[in-house]
Amino acid sequence: MENLQLKQTANEIRKGIVTAVYSAKSGHPGGSLSAADIFTYLYFEEMKVDPENPRDPARDRFVLSKGHVAPGLYATLAHRGFFPVEELTRLRHVGSYLQGHPDMKHIPGVDMSSGSLGQGFSAAVGMALAGKMDGAGYRVYALAGDGEIQEGQIWEAAMFAGHRMLDNLVLVVDNNGLQIDGNIADVCSPYPIDKKLEAFNFHVISIDGHDFDQIRAAFQEARNIKGMPTAIIARTVKGKGVSFMENQASWHGAAPNDEQYAVAMEDLKKAGEALCQK
Amino acid sequence: MSEVKKIATRESYGNALVELGKEHEDLIVLDADLAGATKTGIFKKEFPDRHIDCGIAEANMTGIAAGLATCGKVPFMSSFAMFAAGRAFEQVRNSIGYPHLNVKIGATHAGISVGEDGATHQCNEDLALMRAIPGMVVINPCDDVEARAAVRAAYEYEGPVYLRFGRLAIPVINDPENYQFEIGKGVLLKEGKDVTIFATGLCVCEALETAQRLEGEGIAAEVINIHTIKPLDEELVLASAKKTGKVVTVEEHSVIGGLGSAVCDLLSEKAPTRVLKLGINDTFGESGPAKELIARYGLDAEGIYQKVKAFV
Repeated sequence: MENLQLKQTANEIRKGIVTAVYSAKSGHPGGSLSAADIFTYLYFEEMKVDPENPRDPARDRFVLSKGHVAPGLYATLAHRGFFPVEELTRLRHVGSYLQGHPDMKHIPGVDMSSGSLGQGFSAAVGMALAGKMDGAGYRVYALAGDGEIQEGQIWEAAMFAGHRMLDNLVLVVDNNGLQIDGNIADVCSPYPIDKKLEAFNFHVISIDGHDFDQIRAAFQEARNIKGMPTAIIARTVKGKGVSFMENQASWHGAAPNDEQYAVAMEDLKKAGEALCQK
Repeated sequence: MSEVKKIATRESYGNALVELGKEHEDLIVLDADLAGATKTGIFKKEFPDRHIDCGIAEANMTGIAAGLATCGKVPFMSSFAMFAAGRAFEQVRNSIGYPHLNVKIGATHAGISVGEDGATHQCNEDLALMRAIPGMVVINPCDDVEARAAVRAAYEYEGPVYLRFGRLAIPVINDPENYQFEIGKGVLLKEGKDVTIFATGLCVCEALETAQRLEGEGIAAEVINIHTIKPLDEELVLASAKKTGKVVTVEEHSVIGGLGSAVCDLLSEKAPTRVLKLGINDTFGESGPAKELIARYGLDAEGIYQKVKAFV
């Protein structure tokens, strides 16, 4: 997929995120929007997945360790064909399979239930270990938040993955710089993230998480790294693409009202039109 | 009766894993730097490639087990009950229980029979914690024969299972030739009409001895081994409670949330019966030799006998 197509797809996914959270009247738009370009690249370019056969044992795996940005994952899975896009308006509704946090038992394409921070990455490490034990060719991807890495379990998992040299594993850190209580550097700084992960025997690549050239280059580089897992630290903007949500911690876990929803969709519509003229 | 053979159920766990490991390539054993104590070291010697030492990181071990299970492996994650059920509770709940993954939790060193290490390592709350997780099977075997059978049954069962084992060597009371184990089925060990003693784990042997003593005083106690705390054998519990009209539960666990609570939950709804719950009375343990602690907390045959006699 060309960069333009990826950008257009990411824009549609952002519309899906905003619509899902608006429909649910709750949810986490900020971190979903910051990770939308990463989601797009993973599911439309990087990963071997088949919406017709979501449980294919040979598929690549993805674990959303920062499970609260489920709207981002769901919008991506829907646009990739795992379930109808219209279902996004049922997010967080009673009886809907689109639970507030990823539920592998009921949502096509979800490889691991997650949402309690710090836990998903360990499961991804377990998947990568299984792949190594079986000599299987699949790769495993995990997306963690930069606030999430304050959880100690992340570092337990990183120590294990580095020690076991799991080069079929890629950890992406969505470094949007904000958590619920404010700036991650002010709350309890996890910086320097790159040096910490290097010390845990990771190959670390730092990129602009909204630049598809850099995203593409990073994932390609990761494929060629042997003997150690890769961490991609993606510098992103929380709320990316929606004018009033960008860089606002308050949009971590809040839904837009009717007027805000209209503004957000107008922002994304304009962004889409601009991409069409290119 | 000749010399009674004594084996700790953690030893049974290690041996059973080796037997099953020979039959099943997908069986993986995880440990957190306690392979010598949990006895998964026996498995490691036989199958070094399928024994994963995660280091002292139980939360991560739990997540790794979950990830392995999603890829078709059957992981047995092993640690002391305090850490498997206690420290990693939320990981067990969210990463294994909620997605109902096929992970087996082999928890050794449960209860006060840990002995000298004292209260920090004596987990008397694990049955309560694990029972509360939807879909979790909770098994507390009473001897070597039952423990080995339970490990096999856990492997054959599809879904999460919590297996509770002890550090202390305890008498082998079941016949290895004829013993049949079924998840969720209690075992009637001795028939009686005056009182029912429901026991689990190492208390089963003590309860049998109690019943013998009561016999001498003309009290016919029925003894039932409840190895599966969840799902509880409701039919058997109800039938015996209705028959004797008096129920005693005995467990090496807090009286809050374990076997006694499970029995009371059932009886209070379907057959209100007087119940005497014997166990650890809402307190922490302490250091000391295991057998002395069991007596001190009233869970040996003598302690149970005194309480049951007063109750009946």
